[in-house]
Amino acid sequence: MLESDDGGGEPGGGRRTVEVARRLASPDEPLEPRRDDVVRVVGLGTRDSGQGRVQHQGIAVDEPPPGVQEPGQRVGGRGGVEAGVVEQGDDLTGYENLTVLGRLHGLSRAACRRRAGDLLSGFDLTGAADRPVGGYSGGMRRRLDLAAGLIVTPDLLFLDEPTTGLDPRGRGRVWELVRRIATAGTTVLLTTQYLDEADQLAERIAVIDRGRVVAEGTSAQLKSRVGPGTLHVRLLDGDQRPRAHQVLATALDGTVRPAADPLALSIPLPTGRTDVARLIGHAMTRLADAQVAVAEVTLGQPTLDEAFLALTATTDQEDVSA
Amino acid sequence: MRSPAAVSHPAVAETHQIDLLLAATRPRRRPRALTASATFGRRALLKIKHDPKQLVDSVAIPILFTVLFTYLFGGAVSGSPGAYLEHLLPGTLSMSIAIVTMYGGARLAQDVTTGVFERLSSLPVWRGAFVLGGLLSDAARYLFASAIVVVLGLIMGYRPDGGAPGVLAAVAVIVAFGLALSLLWAAVALLVRDPAVVISIANVVLMPLSFASNIFVEPETMPGRLRTFVDVNPLSHVATTARDLMNDTGGTGGSLAWTLIATAALTAICAPLTLRLYAKQH
Repeated sequence: MLESDDGGGEPGGGRRTVEVARRLASPDEPLEPRRDDVVRVVGLGTRDSGQGRVQHQGIAVDEPPPGVQEPGQRVGGRGGVEAGVVEQGDDLTGYENLTVLGRLHGLSRAACRRRAGDLLSGFDLTGAADRPVGGYSGGMRRRLDLAAGLIVTPDLLFLDEPTTGLDPRGRGRVWELVRRIATAGTTVLLTTQYLDEADQLAERIAVIDRGRVVAEGTSAQLKSRVGPGTLHVRLLDGDQRPRAHQVLATALDGTVRPAADPLALSIPLPTGRTDVARLIGHAMTRLADAQVAVAEVTLGQPTLDEAFLALTATTDQEDVSA
Repeated sequence: MRSPAAVSHPAVAETHQIDLLLAATRPRRRPRALTASATFGRRALLKIKHDPKQLVDSVAIPILFTVLFTYLFGGAVSGSPGAYLEHLLPGTLSMSIAIVTMYGGARLAQDVTTGVFERLSSLPVWRGAFVLGGLLSDAARYLFASAIVVVLGLIMGYRPDGGAPGVLAAVAVIVAFGLALSLLWAAVALLVRDPAVVISIANVVLMPLSFASNIFVEPETMPGRLRTFVDVNPLSHVATTARDLMNDTGGTGGSLAWTLIATAALTAICAPLTLRLYAKQH
């Protein structure tokens, strides 16, 4: 499921999408979601990207969504759902963690018991309810984290890499839950290192590189910034790659990226061109003129990975030249 | 009575249920400060329940001190342990609790280093609740340790003339003083943020308080300056108060007053300090 639009056509309508990414990346400026805003931002980080700082710094909610956080209180920290303090209750059972958390959120004793029971069964953890959380598997833990985040239905839920370390099945399950939570009206702010996760879940994406937002927008917008697509060329002989590199750079007037495969090159096509076929034909002619033997040519729709690499490439180069 | 939904296909039940869960509970009021503190206290006690190893310090130290000092010093000073217990046991009780207090500080320092506070900061609760909740569970530990000392004393032949009310009153005074000490270690823990350093500092303070006191030796036998210290040492007064209450010897209201003043003063200084330091952790 790929969200192509920034939420205008969503079922339930009337919810606006706010841009928070820039403020997110700047710790001095607090994130201020308005009451009926929907924020779905995914920070994608390269290593040492500054995501750590976002996590550590937390998000200051000055104008809290009704009842969720007190003014000035932060949503922040590491690991899992920030509304939850499940992380540190390893000795406690899943049920105890949820009831303790419920009490701390102002639920009555009876409401806590009911809610904890409902959440545990809803997240398929009833069987593990009376076992210490320390013995849970990664997937069970993430589900408990999500349950903890929903102990009172929040207006804003901050998920920090909710699927890290999960197998594909567990990941799919968490995705499904996150979608439901967002659809039910809770604003979900999540960070991830997985671009396909961002593509799957996020309505708006902010790319954070070294603590700065280098781009933000919908998945489609980010991809379109890379151009209409990427041309992948695979050569017969790796020795010809430098020559092919040069020819293609000139012919397509773009940045050629050597792929990890020593025989392959990929070239994002320039933006704003409608005559893609003519462009590629031209490039192929030039390659033939230069006696470069081509094994395979494909035109790929840009993936979010490519968008990410393109968007963070500038800063990489700056780094090298510095 | 079982509803049909409960026995239907699990996947269907899950889908249905999660949507219900999401539609439900909105947060209402902020929990009261006392409720939040009690919840943190309960949480600490649940941790002990699931991991009783955590009680080792509260069990080992009272047993060690009571048995060791009774037979070691008791035999040397008064001939029979039974006779000396009357003088010694209230003292070892006071000292055991005082020593056990420092482990609470170490636990708090541990919590600081593992980032527990950061996670707690997103909760809509009064800031001091975590510290106060910790004190509540500390109080439970001190009561537990006191019970061990008293029961051991009874086994070894101690018969308190003050009876159960006297013993309970003495335990109450000692635990109150212990909690004031806990606040001091909490402040230290938030300052140094290292469990080992907290223990070291606490030892440097508690060792002189314990041994340069009237717990083991009559102050009359001591040289002048040391005697002056023993006379102002709050732990001496805690021990004297405990003796008076447990043995029903009465009379020394002065020591009780001293103890209460020391407890109140320590609390008045350390409680606001701890709360301020705690607030600064964020």
